[in-house]
Amino acid sequence: MLFYGTELSSRMMLGTAQYPSPAIMEDAFRRSGASVATVSLRREGGRGQGFWDIVRKLGVHLLPNTAGCHSAREAVTTARMAREMFETNWIKLEVIGHSDTLQPDPFGLLDAAETLSAEGFEVFPYTTEDQVLAQRLLDAGCKVLMPWGAPIGSGLGLNNRHGLRMLRAAFPDVPMVIDAGLGLPSHAAEAMEMGFDAILLNTAIAQAGDPALMACAFARAVEAGRMARDADPMSPRDMAVPSTPVIGKAWL
Amino acid sequence: MRIEVNGEPHDIAAPTLLDALRELGWAEARVVTAVNGDFVPLSARAAHDLRDGDRIEVLTPMQGG
Repeated sequence: MLFYGTELSSRMMLGTAQYPSPAIMEDAFRRSGASVATVSLRREGGRGQGFWDIVRKLGVHLLPNTAGCHSAREAVTTARMAREMFETNWIKLEVIGHSDTLQPDPFGLLDAAETLSAEGFEVFPYTTEDQVLAQRLLDAGCKVLMPWGAPIGSGLGLNNRHGLRMLRAAFPDVPMVIDAGLGLPSHAAEAMEMGFDAILLNTAIAQAGDPALMACAFARAVEAGRMARDADPMSPRDMAVPSTPVIGKAWL
Repeated sequence: MRIEVNGEPHDIAAPTLLDALRELGWAEARVVTAVNGDFVPLSARAAHDLRDGDRIEVLTPMQGG
C-alpha cells in the first residue's frame, strides 16, 4: 500500500504526545514497529531542539499535524510552517469544528485541502466517515483519507461501523487510515478486518499503564486483523451449523 | 517598536524579522515563523520589515498526535 508513493513498512502510525517520558516514547515506538510518527509545531519555549533530536532518532517518516487549528487559514499557515520545519510535503490536516468532540469542520477541511494540494502538499485529511465529503476531498487532490474511529482521545473504538464499512466499499482503491478514537487492540484489529489500510493512534498507547507493552499489543492486533482480511473471513450466520461431521455418528 | 512575540509584548529595535529573531536570542534556533497569521519562510526573513503592533509566532517541533 502506497501513501503518496511511499511504501510503509508497518500499518501503524503513532503519535508522539502524552508519554510519561521520552525514553518510554522511544520504547513504545520500537515495540510498535510504527513506520510514521505524528508531530506538531508549538511556540518556542526552549524544549523544541531536544524533542527534534529524539524524534529524528526514531528513524521513521514524520507526519506533521495541524492539531488545534479551528479555521482553514490557521491550518494552511501551520502546514506551510510545518513543511519548512520538517522538510516534508506530508501534512495531517486537522481543521477542528467543535471543541468538545474535536469533530472535523468539513467545510474548513475541504477549503484547506484544496489550497494545500494546489501548493504541492500531500494531504492526509482527518475527516468523518461522510462519503460526500470524502469524494470532495479526493476531488481536491487528496490521495489518502483518514476517517475517524471516534472522537480524538476517547478510546471508544469504531463508533459508526456501518458508515465506515460504506466508506471503505465506496472507495476501495483509496488508502485509508483510521485516525483517532481507538482505545484497544481489538478496535485496531477490527479496523484492519474491515479493510482499512492502517491506523493512527496516540492516547491508547501513551496513556496505557505500560505504553511499550500496549504498543506491542496494538502491533500484533494490526497484523492479525490484516492477515484475517487477506484470508477472506467466513460470513456470519444466524443459525448454528455443526462443525463436527454428522455422518458416522454412533446410534446410542 | 512594540510587537507581540508568541503572545507576549516585546520592545525591539530590529527593523526586520531576521534581526528581531537575533535580538530575541533565536539566531541559531531551529524555528519557523509567521507574522500576523501568515507564514514567513526562512528565505524571506531578512527582507520582511516589521511594523509596530505586528504579531509574530515563533514555532518549534513539539509532540503531536
